[in-house]
Amino acid sequence: MSHSLAAAKTPAAGDAGTRAMPSPIRTRLLKSIVGFGLLAIVTCLVAPLIGSSPISLARVFDRSVPFSQNVDAQIFFVARMPRVVAGALVGAALATAGVVFQALLRNALATPFTLGVSAGASLGAMLAIVVGATVSAGPLSAVPLASLAGAGLAAAIVYRLATMQDRAMSTTVLLLAGVTLNSFFSALIIFVQYIADFAQLYRAMRWIMGDLDVGSFDPIVAALPMILIAFALFAWLPSSLNLLSVGADAASARGVDVGRTQRLAFVSASLATAAGVSLAGPIGFIGIVVPHLVRLIVGVDHRVVLPASALFGASFLVVCDLAARTLLAPLEIPVGVVTAMLGGPFFLWLLVRKG
Amino acid sequence: MLLASELSYGYASAGHPARSFMLDSVSLSVERGSLTGLLGPNGCGKTTLLKLLSGVLQPQRGVVSLNGASLAGRSRRDIARHLAVVPQETHPAFDYTVMEMVLMGRHPHLGPFELEGPSDLALAHDALSATGTEHLATRAYMTLSGGEKQRVVIASALTQSPDVLLLDEPTASLDLGYQLEMATLLRRLNLERGVTMVLATHDLNLAASLCDRLVLMRNGRVVAQGPTREVLTAATIRRIYDVDADVSFHAPAGHITVTPLRRVQ
Repeated sequence: MSHSLAAAKTPAAGDAGTRAMPSPIRTRLLKSIVGFGLLAIVTCLVAPLIGSSPISLARVFDRSVPFSQNVDAQIFFVARMPRVVAGALVGAALATAGVVFQALLRNALATPFTLGVSAGASLGAMLAIVVGATVSAGPLSAVPLASLAGAGLAAAIVYRLATMQDRAMSTTVLLLAGVTLNSFFSALIIFVQYIADFAQLYRAMRWIMGDLDVGSFDPIVAALPMILIAFALFAWLPSSLNLLSVGADAASARGVDVGRTQRLAFVSASLATAAGVSLAGPIGFIGIVVPHLVRLIVGVDHRVVLPASALFGASFLVVCDLAARTLLAPLEIPVGVVTAMLGGPFFLWLLVRKG
Repeated sequence: MLLASELSYGYASAGHPARSFMLDSVSLSVERGSLTGLLGPNGCGKTTLLKLLSGVLQPQRGVVSLNGASLAGRSRRDIARHLAVVPQETHPAFDYTVMEMVLMGRHPHLGPFELEGPSDLALAHDALSATGTEHLATRAYMTLSGGEKQRVVIASALTQSPDVLLLDEPTASLDLGYQLEMATLLRRLNLERGVTMVLATHDLNLAASLCDRLVLMRNGRVVAQGPTREVLTAATIRRIYDVDADVSFHAPAGHITVTPLRRVQ
């Protein structure tokens, strides 16, 4: 082996120092996190100020008035903040799940929604709601657990389909598989609705339209462990996702344990989807709109796209929810309708562009 | 340095565990700094052999060893620090830039949360300049021509700082001009940088012009191997391809050339 290659194995610190080249990935990552992070913070602080009763941020944080007498603080923290926090968490979870599914299946149209994973999670959550299950495992309660089971089932079917062949799944197969799974789970959801009583049915219908009106922090706390585990697993994925999106053989030849990474990605993306769906119902299109917009801004490197999508997904859903509750006030549009109005045409545009 | 001894491998299909071997008792030895060609008809097992040599597939029998140590049981990351692969074609699902594609070669050298630093960037620039693609660094990979793409993938493999480069039909989808360029590039990398290479190819003239040694395969077995001049004969070509060919030294080209004449019935 030549000296140049031998030297390349252990790059000399001196050489690195004299070149002093900037590291674009560090700069891009920092800029994206600061930019999208600030956007998320501002969105989450401004959104609770807007609503039927106008409140002021100064009064909300006015320490001279006790909380029990500070109406603005009560509206901000008790009435509106849980909804905003839920929106931010669900937006982040669904957007990142979209990023992971897209890289994993090497397909820009793969999302929890198009793959049928959301529908699987919905069926699970719907069953838990209708049956009124009270099972819990540790901090997890029935709805997130049932949602996880449904998402896991759907993701397992997609995983089996995707890894059956060496080549990446074609868009056609992928979309057909998604359509099939969605129809299958929808039929089961209708059946569950059919056997539900009127009160359960109303609750279930409201939930299935996609609704962030969680009422308190309790459902958020129930879904939080799943979201945290999913995000912790996501942290291991980005550079492997870059290589997986180039191809399984290419990834393997560059040192990625393909099987393990695929399993980790499916599990973490299913967890994130289940958490999102259990909290807010099957809100569609976040997983496709957010990653695509983020890629237009920061490029396609998953080490930047994944955290940026989490932050932008949070802002995006909070803003969509703000629109949902203010556009036709006092009437409230389900937030799933708002994201579908934006996401449906966007998805079709992508499909046309891809074709 | 890279040794394969008695490798056997069969692809199992649904309900049918591997009954017959795709590769059967293949042994070969690749010396440091050499350029070895794998030749044989479609389906003879060249690509499978490359996957076994790179550790992407595990042999059902036999051992692949690099610098005296077996690849079996070693992590993908560890193997990739020593062996790099250039596939026939590379189609990323997203619009990566050339620099991003090349820097992916540093993956096995970086920790799970580590971002590439200045020394990694220096290596990437070095590989881009070695493959004549430095001017493309900021271009989107998908907008490049076939020849440029293949050079970028080679640059990415070089950035991996491997002991051995394994190439699967590096000229398969290239036109005549790019084929010549690719041959020149590979020869230069071998001569100037001492990069050890194993390349699978259908192009006998490319193999004749580039490789010191050839391994000729048919139906998953090695039919002949040895120095190019000794192995690349009309008789061996007839044995592996069922083709009568004229094999002669071509003075202007400076190497043996093979002209296929007729299919043997």
